[in-house]
Amino acid sequence: MLPRDLKSDQFSSYPPEAGKLAIDYIGTMRQMPLSFLPSLLREVIDFDFKFPAERKAVEKELANLRSLPTEQLHAWFQGFEQIRLSPQLEQCDWVSAPAQFLEQLSAYLWTTHQVDAFRAAAIQYADRLRAAVPPEPPVIPRLGIAVIGQGVQTPEEPIFRKLKPHGTYFTGINPDGGLTQLLEAVATRAKAHPADFGHWYVDGGAAADHDPRVTCISYRGLEPARQALSVKLRTEIERPGMGPEALRTLLAQLHPADLGLNSSGPVLDRFQLKLLTEGSGTQIFSTTFAQWTARETLRRAQPLTLLVRFAPRQRQKPMNELLAGNADSGDLDYAGSLIDADLGAYYNWINQQRLAGAEQSSFLVWFENHGEALAIAPAVARGAESNAATRLREVLASMA
Amino acid sequence: MKSPCYRPAQTELAAYELARQFALGRREFLRNAAGLTLGSTLLGSRLMARSGIPNKKRKVVVITFGGGARDQETFAPEGQENIPHLMRDLIPQSTFFSQVVNRGILGHYVATASLATGVYETINNFASLPPEHPTAFEYFRKDLNRPASDTWVVAPSNGFNRIGESSYRSYGAGSGAKVLLPKHLLTAATTGGSDYAHLLHDNYETPLYTPQLGGSEVELQQLENILRLSVSDFKAHARTLSSPDELSVYIARQLMRQQAPSLLWITLHDIDIAHAGAYSLYVDGIRRTDRLCGEIWKTIQSDPEYAGNTTLFILPDFGRDSDDDAGGNGFQHHRTGDALSRTTWMMALGAGVREGVVFDRPVEPTDLVPTLGAILGFSPSLAQGKTITELA
Repeated sequence: MLPRDLKSDQFSSYPPEAGKLAIDYIGTMRQMPLSFLPSLLREVIDFDFKFPAERKAVEKELANLRSLPTEQLHAWFQGFEQIRLSPQLEQCDWVSAPAQFLEQLSAYLWTTHQVDAFRAAAIQYADRLRAAVPPEPPVIPRLGIAVIGQGVQTPEEPIFRKLKPHGTYFTGINPDGGLTQLLEAVATRAKAHPADFGHWYVDGGAAADHDPRVTCISYRGLEPARQALSVKLRTEIERPGMGPEALRTLLAQLHPADLGLNSSGPVLDRFQLKLLTEGSGTQIFSTTFAQWTARETLRRAQPLTLLVRFAPRQRQKPMNELLAGNADSGDLDYAGSLIDADLGAYYNWINQQRLAGAEQSSFLVWFENHGEALAIAPAVARGAESNAATRLREVLASMA
Repeated sequence: MKSPCYRPAQTELAAYELARQFALGRREFLRNAAGLTLGSTLLGSRLMARSGIPNKKRKVVVITFGGGARDQETFAPEGQENIPHLMRDLIPQSTFFSQVVNRGILGHYVATASLATGVYETINNFASLPPEHPTAFEYFRKDLNRPASDTWVVAPSNGFNRIGESSYRSYGAGSGAKVLLPKHLLTAATTGGSDYAHLLHDNYETPLYTPQLGGSEVELQQLENILRLSVSDFKAHARTLSSPDELSVYIARQLMRQQAPSLLWITLHDIDIAHAGAYSLYVDGIRRTDRLCGEIWKTIQSDPEYAGNTTLFILPDFGRDSDDDAGGNGFQHHRTGDALSRTTWMMALGAGVREGVVFDRPVEPTDLVPTLGAILGFSPSLAQGKTITELA
């Protein structure tokens, strides 16, 4: 089936708001090439479970496409229309299962050496969309905070190397009460600028006390879900015919309730499920979990404030033991975790800078319980160093 | 493979420019730090022929550098601390290609199969399938009438067990290289005891998928008849090793001692732990691979069967995603197909290779098989790559 043959009743399996949205725009969708439309439907089908920023983006994208005259719409999709698809792909149920279609499309594009052409078409489309519907600037400048190095006395390698050129390196921080000060700063912003899913705290270990206005996800908090996933995986892997691709499909079909995720509301439950089923390594390494959660939070929720505290991960072991997750404190790799988190902080900053308002955004990374921190902000000197005695609260104030 | 994101942030042009700059920067650094000179293609034809080493004596060892490594953790200035053996010992003796551009599928099995056939293979990366085009091992044996014992592959995991010979009609079953899977040998010898579990890591590309490893009487016979290792010696030595690649190199060295194959292919894979997202483990993998490459080179130089008549090739199968591509997650995967994940490097050293030269013209992984053909004297008629004239 091709997009031009779309009918309203094909969206009957969609959740209510997603179905309504798809039917509203069915006329526009009929004009899109098959190499593109399932990517959009993958966003639409999850509409009921998306964060406010994502919902707004999807609605604006669809409205913009509908506003384009036919010839302009074709110009937008010219690159995608050049992609050759197989009859097998056309016969897939890409309306009901767009994500599975995209898995197959991806394999097909690689096999037929069309990945580069698809990539070029995607970049061109994204550039056009950004120009036509610029992302909204945040109501206040964004603030990202990373806390790294929990449990490390002395780093084996220099830290903040990738971030140092972009900000000021502080070496005289009084570490007492540092985490509390950071959490207070997040709470203050959440109170002053309340927004659904606007202020986040991600912890790679157990969450510290925090303001209830702040959305919180922790590795420890998801332990029951991780264990449920581990049990499910071990059972499935032993089934005949199971392979990496079949396993991925199975993971994509899980619902939050399958892992006991039913207490944080449908949006957050679904988000947490995807962290564990789509993220690679999030189930076994807390540092990977914290970095990936931050990436997905920034990409999807586009928060005003994000505090990520990395915690030591379990030492590398055979995968079955890692999945079993029975590491005690003696099995933790502190030094390796600091290296992971140091790069994770850099990735957090990169991902924050991809969002609207990047030129006004600020970022702070602190070596937990130590005197070292690095601050990046428009008002803070780049490539500078300060050994002045100070507190994190004061550094944050100087970044505003 | 993950679906490509349809909202990447960086333009393709900018990405390729970045890759080119990386290559140029790497070349300049290597010229300064390792004393390499800029090579000219005019300098280099028929080096091996002029080396005076008879065809029958020539040997080639190929090492694929570990499962996808990026420039910035290897040859870019900030990554060179991770590869001291390559930088200090191997580079000064090598001809170095700073831009190897992989235009094929960026999955480890299929990319390694492409390296081995000289054709961009399109087989399913996750299925147990032979390459569709003849491998270097098949050309080598057929054209030069060599026995099976003269070419071997040491490969890391379940997926690579079919890489020794193709499904191509006039080649195929029985005409290529036998594949040794060290983890299977160990499983057969130990029945997977907990002392050895750390050496049995497999299939990093989908970390959660942990299939049962094979291991049977066939593997035990390989230990005894080919490697001439007793089960007890093998187990005792394995206990001293810390990673699957260390196990592979131990097996490869034993193979060199006992069989002295003329064409030996070693696929290392520890670096691919990057898929689990722990940067420190990825960098550890690179450092370990660097050390193991140094050890293999030392073995080549000290073994009378290999010293003076062996050309060693070292190259990653491809890179990993750039930090700058919003569609990926940096070092963790190789899914975006961006320029940095496609662009990597290759070094050749030993017999017939000019020392201390760097070339920055683009070559492709598919050029390896025709180059091996020119060095060893076989004709890879179905390979799509071109002979690298600076080496052959």
